[in-house]
Amino acid sequence: MDHNQELAMIKVTENDFNVAEEYQALINNNSQDGAVVFFVGLVRDFNQGHSIKGLHLEYYPAMTENALKVIVEKAKERWPIGRVRLIHRVGSLNINDQIVFVGVSSQHREASFEAAQFIMDFLKTEAPFWKKEVTADEGERWVEANQKDQLARKRW
Amino acid sequence: MINVLFFASLRERLGCESLTLDYQPEMKLDDIKNQLMAKGDNWQNVLSGNVLAAIDQEMVQGDAEIHDNAEIAFFPPVTGG
Repeated sequence: MDHNQELAMIKVTENDFNVAEEYQALINNNSQDGAVVFFVGLVRDFNQGHSIKGLHLEYYPAMTENALKVIVEKAKERWPIGRVRLIHRVGSLNINDQIVFVGVSSQHREASFEAAQFIMDFLKTEAPFWKKEVTADEGERWVEANQKDQLARKRW
Repeated sequence: MINVLFFASLRERLGCESLTLDYQPEMKLDDIKNQLMAKGDNWQNVLSGNVLAAIDQEMVQGDAEIHDNAEIAFFPPVTGG
């Protein structure tokens, strides 16, 4: 297996993912890391004052995966982390569907906790994805970027 | 020739997915934006808002230089995750 591919798996896909399989891929034959942190983002039923029925996720095919790679590389420069797995779904999603997975392994927990937060904060402000929600009251609407995400990114 | 792409709400509000422009030496991103904004009131309104841009799939600021055959993209602030 290619060494780099093993250390960082990044995927933009219409397909769902299986958290148990992702966790296994983080720990299989990985005796050096004593910590795994992962985060899963889901489609909520209420957002920005609207009741939500589902959403469409648009992206920039030529750019998005590369933007995610740059974010993961920044995290690797900053913390002593082992493996990273990052999956972001695109296309049509329903309430409660999984949208995003970030999993990080490291020798000690601090590095993977912080790197996972860092990756999510940068993903939310720099990776070209756009959500369009299907609302119960107003038809379809583009989600607006929020200040909270910008502030979260600035803490790094 | 320069290829210009629009994504998400920008694409919908402009009713335009992509277009091409002639390349001129020493062009900067802001020159492209100004040229597009001169296309009419709707272009002016949409592009004067909070718009991000990329050249060849890398995020850039307005003073970034354009090269011939560049792929320029304009899009709204991102909302993934």
